[in-house]
Amino acid sequence: MALLEIRSLSKVYQRDSQAIPVFEDIDLDIDTGEFLVLMGPSGSGKTTLLNLIAGLDEPTTGTITVGGEEVTAMSRRQLAAWRSDHVGFIFQLYNLLPVLTAYQNVELPLLLTHLSKKERREHVMTALEVVGLSDRADHFPRQLSGGQEQRVAIGRAIVSDPTLILADEPTGDLDAKSADEILTLMQRLNREFSKTILLVTHDQRAAERGEAIMHLDKGVLTR
Amino acid sequence: MKYARLIWVNLTRNKRRTILTALSVAAALFLFVSLRSVVTALEDAGEVGSETRMITRNAISIAFLLPEAYYSRLVAVPGVKSVTWAAWFGGVYRDPRDWFASLAIKADSYLPMYPEFIIPAEQRQAFMAEHTAAIVGSGLMERFGWRLGQTVNLRSTIFAPDQEWPFTIRAVYEPSEPAVGDEWFLFHWEYLYENTGGRMTPGWYVLQIEDPALAASVARSVDDQFRNSRAATRTETERAFQTSFLTMWGNVGMLINVIGMAVFFAILLVAANAMMMAARERTSEVAVLKTLGFGDRLLSTLVLVEAAAISVAGGLLGVLGAKLFFDGTEFQGAGFLPGFEVKWVTIAIGMAIAVVLGLVSGLLPAWQATRLPVAGTLRRAA
Repeated sequence: MALLEIRSLSKVYQRDSQAIPVFEDIDLDIDTGEFLVLMGPSGSGKTTLLNLIAGLDEPTTGTITVGGEEVTAMSRRQLAAWRSDHVGFIFQLYNLLPVLTAYQNVELPLLLTHLSKKERREHVMTALEVVGLSDRADHFPRQLSGGQEQRVAIGRAIVSDPTLILADEPTGDLDAKSADEILTLMQRLNREFSKTILLVTHDQRAAERGEAIMHLDKGVLTR
Repeated sequence: MKYARLIWVNLTRNKRRTILTALSVAAALFLFVSLRSVVTALEDAGEVGSETRMITRNAISIAFLLPEAYYSRLVAVPGVKSVTWAAWFGGVYRDPRDWFASLAIKADSYLPMYPEFIIPAEQRQAFMAEHTAAIVGSGLMERFGWRLGQTVNLRSTIFAPDQEWPFTIRAVYEPSEPAVGDEWFLFHWEYLYENTGGRMTPGWYVLQIEDPALAASVARSVDDQFRNSRAATRTETERAFQTSFLTMWGNVGMLINVIGMAVFFAILLVAANAMMMAARERTSEVAVLKTLGFGDRLLSTLVLVEAAAISVAGGLLGVLGAKLFFDGTEFQGAGFLPGFEVKWVTIAIGMAIAVVLGLVSGLLPAWQATRLPVAGTLRRAA
């Protein structure tokens, strides 16, 4: 049984009386430990699919199941708790809280757990070590480069040891060198720590780091 | 506690706005506490009057005098033990702003009826022996730096305003309780009578009755006697008189409450606007927190606590500022508000208002945080 199962998924946006379909009747399976890259042109619905998997948006029809739990049947409250336990999200624009240090940003998901302050500290320092920023723990986002900010964001995404890491164009705002470092880090997370990753990108070089590539174009998902 | 840092960094990310919002709450609470303390001072003053003392005054207004001939008829009313009288002098010292409560009293009968003015025996004797002597409250002595035996010149806002009235301070009293007030200036009725060409008559009579239960019958009996005379009377207990005297310029309590409510709503809008601005600036951060798994209830609680923290900080500044200010200046409303103080219960009410104000001002942004569409917000932020 796949870790992520998507069945007959459709998403249609409604603008006034006009229905705008994004995709229809999509099926997708991702196994535990897989590093899948989802490619497609702008506006093809890649981010929408990612949001649906994370329970940040509601599908028009279809089901999404992660680890045997049907995400599409959960209430808002259940979804929040589920995301906290199972999903690590990496954004294109890092989305760190500017008023918190790198350490505090990484610690955010752990505030929702029952871990003690000492335990949280151990987890945060481990995550910062994995992303190579343990010496930048007290730096604020404005004191870091774009690549470093994204590494903090990855630290935040992995600190609670989630089932699934969803990355939305994580290298889209970075220079080539930084992008390469981030992709190497993500490969390491997959290979060394067996993390299941779904990476959305339209960058072919980024896509080549994944184990498998799928294309989403004009509402159709293909291998 | 683990969210305290998150609340703190949000409070301090725009320090100027947070401080200005807190100061606006502080100003509002300072005003509220001041106004509320005026009301409690008036209420306390109304409670000071004795239950066995009644006041007979002109039915039209206390500004109109009563004939001296009424005295013998009042003494004869069943239930009345003794009668004295007094008149308002309207004294000022040096400057009209140096105003205080000053009365001409029929001393030989007035002082025994008012044991709440505690006067050393030898000073009382000295006062009784001298025509131009005065009894002055300890607070008033301190306010003007007067000394026992000093002669002070007062002017009256009622009688011959250009004339100076020399008084020699022969006695200083201490009030039996703060609400009595320590800024009264009392002098002999005869001194006023003679200096007004013998035309002065009592401003009001004070009746000592045998039993508080007789108050209604005494009042009826007195007022019935003078109903058809040229100066009809109104007789009431001293407490009722005190209250009506202090509030003769209107319903002070209602006026103050209306002002208080207006201030509350004005500041509520200011605080709510500040919270809305703060929340609007952070919509993408709220969306990110939701993505991390922060639930609606937690996010709205964080917003409400933040709003309440600003309001409580401002509230503490306002109410404690008022307490320190009025205690430090020993404010007595120029003797018009004896026993004025910012009570702890008023401070507690002020702080409760600050908490409510904070929570109400945070309601809308908290609700908006829960309704924020995550996907749409992140898309717009990208």
